[in-house]
Amino acid sequence: MELTSTVFTAKAIYVGVIFAITLGVAAYSTYFERIFAAFFQDRVGPDRAGPFGILQPLADAVKMFMKEDFIPANSSKWLFILGPCLSMFTALMTSAVIPFGDTIDLGNGVKFDLQGIDVNIGILWVFGIVSLGVYGILVGGWASNNKYSLLGAIRAASQNISYELAMGLSIISILMMTGSLSTKAIVEAQQNGHWNILYQPVGFILFIICAFAECNRTPFDLPECETELIGGYHTEYSSMKLGFYLFAEYINMFVSGAVMATLYFGGYDYPFYETVVNSFGENVANLIGFGALIGKALFFVFVFMWVRWTLPRFRYDQLMNLGWTGLIPIAMFNVVWTGLIILLPAEFNLSSWASIGVAIAGIPVLIVGLFIYHSIAGGKKKKTALAR
Amino acid sequence: MNYQPSDYLPIIVQIGAALAFIVLTMVATHWLGPKRHSKAKDDVFECGIESVGNARTPISVKYFLVAILFVLFDVEIIFMYPWAVNFKTLGWDGFLEMIVFMSLLLAGFIYVLKKGVLDWEK
Repeated sequence: MELTSTVFTAKAIYVGVIFAITLGVAAYSTYFERIFAAFFQDRVGPDRAGPFGILQPLADAVKMFMKEDFIPANSSKWLFILGPCLSMFTALMTSAVIPFGDTIDLGNGVKFDLQGIDVNIGILWVFGIVSLGVYGILVGGWASNNKYSLLGAIRAASQNISYELAMGLSIISILMMTGSLSTKAIVEAQQNGHWNILYQPVGFILFIICAFAECNRTPFDLPECETELIGGYHTEYSSMKLGFYLFAEYINMFVSGAVMATLYFGGYDYPFYETVVNSFGENVANLIGFGALIGKALFFVFVFMWVRWTLPRFRYDQLMNLGWTGLIPIAMFNVVWTGLIILLPAEFNLSSWASIGVAIAGIPVLIVGLFIYHSIAGGKKKKTALAR
Repeated sequence: MNYQPSDYLPIIVQIGAALAFIVLTMVATHWLGPKRHSKAKDDVFECGIESVGNARTPISVKYFLVAILFVLFDVEIIFMYPWAVNFKTLGWDGFLEMIVFMSLLLAGFIYVLKKGVLDWEK
């Protein structure tokens, strides 16, 4: 697409809209998290600020802003300020490559992509920016000069980098299916119901587990494990600096929901697209697609909250064992199996249903493999226990 | 589709908006909140017990091992990205070659596990 001044202005407006949506969704996620928590625990939840407590996020924001901006005496002052800013910055930058919708016709033959930047490194951008997110937490925790903060920060760092490996491996199988790193190309390959979730059920489960760990959400919220570490890496933080850390977490939830929708659930694809195009025109249909992607992302935000009030927290060694000895070998198996999913049907000229069949056949193979592995490894452990 | 360096230009808008939001919020919260200092308050909070010494003491070497292993394996995973993008053109040959690469990677991985690097209970 030629980058004319019209398109640039449109992009600027678009970036503003996406910012407003991400911040609004993040703010209201805090409200809905509390509403869902109340529902799951059979109590009322926030109901004072406005009807049904709908103004609660505004009240929270005002409170955060009016609190004292506290900096401990023996901390590294500038790093202490930089920490939450980095967290927030990385959270806000990830959404740039997500294709929130197809093209919109602006008139005069100008087609406008509903995507911040469509670049050929697409998914690597997400991956790179998410990796930078570790620095926000590590810098903040280290600068606080507090033993608990430092422990929380180190935990967060080693947890995030461990789960990044499995995440990177699970994305590889998507790239094999599509043959491109561009997020737009990945979405376009999934149009008309050919969603990657059908071909990559194991990859999706790996990805969502890693997304939970990367966002530091329960059951992987050990960096802010209250019972052991007071508040974890944000123990010393107050006012909007604390707000930034919490806010960044909610933005990350929404963005990772959008990434999951892009990679596995067809992005802005939705059923009956052709019918809508025929009766209302392409622009309306693509705007509904925009809504469909946001809806999918919000569903994943709900899953994040649902899991939070369902599963208890891991122990730290369990967390690291799951990441290294559990997810990485499974992700490697998934890459090899994806090779079979692509090559076998192509070899015998079979339809995409055969690919789905091979993909589903992968699940029992994986389960049997894990069972055999555990009966061998588990048997060994029992023997050594007896020998002692 | 042709990709050009100018594709990256709109990211400047997003960087600008993000930085503006962050700086404005930081300045506003610094300016709005009260400032009351006292010696006890400015200390770090460690469950109300008087904090002893500097927090920047040596920490368990396990964390460093994890970091180094991450660098190793992450580089190997990045090696796979170009292969994955060209997977369909490489066909069965590329698939078998990658199985050799992955079994070498897996051998290294099993060595690391057997060495007990990730044994957190010790």
